[in-house]
Amino acid sequence: MPTDATAADKIRCDACPVMCYIKPGAAGACDRYANQDGQLVRVDPHILLERTVSHGGRLVPFQAGGDWDGNIVHEHDVFVTAIGAGTTYPDYKPAPFIVSSQVDGVDMVTVVTEGIFSYCGVKVKIDTDRFLGPETATVRVQGEAVGHVTTGEYGSQMLSLGGVHHLTGGSKKEGRVTCDALMDLSNCKPVELAIDGGATVLVQAGYPPVVNGVAEERMRVGCGSAAIGMFAKQWHGKVDEVVVVDDHITGVLSEHQAGKVLDIADTGIKMKGRRSTPGRYFQVAEPGTGWGGTRISDPLSILGPFDPKVSRPGMTMLMVSTTGEHAAYYELDEGLRPVEKTMPTALKLSVERIQENCEPALCTVLFMGGAGGSLRAGVTDNPVRLTRSVKDALTRVTSGGAPVYVWPGGGITFMVDVTRLPAGAFGYVPTPALVAPIEFTMRLADYATLGGHMDHVRPLASLTANEARQVTAPRPGSRP
Amino acid sequence: MTRQPQVGWLSCGKRLHLQDGPIDLIVEAHGGEPNVRAAYVAAIGRFTGLLDELCDELTLLRTAADPKTSALQGVVACRMHAAVAPFAADHFITPMAAVAGSVAEEILGSMVQTALLDRAYVNNGGDIALHLTDGEQFTVGLMDRPDIFGLMRTTTIRSCELARGVATSGRHGRSFSLGIADAVTVLARTAAQADAAATIIANAVDLPGHPAVARCPAREIQEDSDLGARLVTRDVGQLSKPEIALALEAGAAKTRQLLGLGLIEAAILHLQGETCVIGVKGSGANVPHPLVRQADESMIHA
Repeated sequence: MPTDATAADKIRCDACPVMCYIKPGAAGACDRYANQDGQLVRVDPHILLERTVSHGGRLVPFQAGGDWDGNIVHEHDVFVTAIGAGTTYPDYKPAPFIVSSQVDGVDMVTVVTEGIFSYCGVKVKIDTDRFLGPETATVRVQGEAVGHVTTGEYGSQMLSLGGVHHLTGGSKKEGRVTCDALMDLSNCKPVELAIDGGATVLVQAGYPPVVNGVAEERMRVGCGSAAIGMFAKQWHGKVDEVVVVDDHITGVLSEHQAGKVLDIADTGIKMKGRRSTPGRYFQVAEPGTGWGGTRISDPLSILGPFDPKVSRPGMTMLMVSTTGEHAAYYELDEGLRPVEKTMPTALKLSVERIQENCEPALCTVLFMGGAGGSLRAGVTDNPVRLTRSVKDALTRVTSGGAPVYVWPGGGITFMVDVTRLPAGAFGYVPTPALVAPIEFTMRLADYATLGGHMDHVRPLASLTANEARQVTAPRPGSRP
Repeated sequence: MTRQPQVGWLSCGKRLHLQDGPIDLIVEAHGGEPNVRAAYVAAIGRFTGLLDELCDELTLLRTAADPKTSALQGVVACRMHAAVAPFAADHFITPMAAVAGSVAEEILGSMVQTALLDRAYVNNGGDIALHLTDGEQFTVGLMDRPDIFGLMRTTTIRSCELARGVATSGRHGRSFSLGIADAVTVLARTAAQADAAATIIANAVDLPGHPAVARCPAREIQEDSDLGARLVTRDVGQLSKPEIALALEAGAAKTRQLLGLGLIEAAILHLQGETCVIGVKGSGANVPHPLVRQADESMIHA
């Protein structure tokens, strides 16, 4: 057992005679044992991912409870990942670990290797309505182009980073910076991205984006029009007019179908922008990082004068953004000019309700790489059969034990949510290219059929005796 | 009862992996089958208990070395002191700066004493002791960032050359660095000498006071570090080309000094993508120097 010789937070590791004092979050001289929240844990690079779902995402403590049986691996539910397995070159050498184990009475084989991907990148989804930059704008890290802004999706902005063009098509520095950025993003570390003609965003997989230094809290509850539809009944009778300000579709309660159904009277409001259908307006303002993804700080700037034939003094109006982050309450004065007043409690509650119904804004990072080439030769001497086997669903592809989406079409191009891989799963080679874990799992008989390196297949037990290092689970916080 | 080290095979039984505490060795011998086997048995035998030997004198090994004398007893400890002693007059250095190379040498020595081998190496986390008989050679892969897998280039060491030790030091390794080099790889006559010299040169690659370089006292990260309160490099921001050149030149000056003293054979310094190769001596023979050869294109891509 680790002893606790001095302070509460420090551990004196007695795994070897060096007897390191290890501070929380630090590792000992060996880099093999670390202090995680006061617990001594093993942190070896080669990782065996336990399939059991009930392990609660913890690292297995060394000799926890004093009754450790010396065997950290329980054969029936261990999955060998490629992380730290090493890769081989030239590729015709068999992959470092070709492991066989009995699962459910079927002789399974897992081919574990780490692929060197120079054709790879990450797709980043940033939950925000704020304007990050124009579509196709260049995304930079330390001034180097690493990718570009691609489509805006529902409440999110997509970025496409990396790829062979930036990794090897530009200057040496561009390739190196791109490679570092991809690796950090894939390892769930924060990376600051500067977008030409747009914002600076701090992106970290599984965390809220930080746009121009401000952390994004919420994803929009819906577009402005959807918000009107969702909350019309709650506003009915409490306020005469509601405008949900949105860069994409601004909604106006009295004109919207939802308002009509509730017999909400016209208010004589005049919106700027282009009317799409009743109560739905496009382009009320330029995109930006202000209200509802527009650049405005004063919401009244998107309104024209109220119609004196319809409007009357004392009419009330709520203006709110799609996340509820911005909201203001107005009453029309004698000249039918909106004047901001303290918001009544009932309307405050409706704004809070919008906030409550917004999901937390997150950055998500999908690693995408193509294992179409020589990597397959480490698995089989007839590489195309591996591809066919994957397409025929005889072979399951995983990355660090995490499920992947394999693209239809040629090659083995896959995407994986980086938060589902164990920590530090990605590495790099200076060529530059990323090293990502990839596992191919198939029946032993199928492996033989596709020309597998049968003479290098090892039973799982032999691996766990010598190379088994750590049993871990996907990082806490990773989503199912 | 002596604690048993972990013994395993890597790469389909061709390479021996020995591990005990912070020591990780990869050992490979070439020669007749009985000799190779005997060498591996000797390596395991010598490795068993070696860490305990070192730890018996750990306090002294973590203390600044005296250039002239030492009270150390163990054969590996004495080798460590001998390797750092030439630097001790001008630099703060503890025998720990040569621990990896010295251990590698000790294990290799036990193998070579026991069995006739054509060639063999003991790789202790990148610090490597080599044995080469006539006509043999080794190809060594250099990594620019020891913390991450990947080869920067390769180099060949031939039996006709003097180098029998290779070591790499830098800020990404397991040990702390006082400098900012990503990696300094040194070829020297012994692994212990290479280890100590790589530490000294990596420390010399520096931009003192530069705002992009984050440093903190070693003991704040590792309580019992032999570097104590000395500021070790934690992070280096992007440097301009002239700054990189300036830092590399500081290391190059130190390298030339060590070359002149005969303490090293060659060195390659690496900082933020820039490389500086030093130690091309006119050997008179038609032997290209290992470090001026072009990188072998050995990376195969998926």
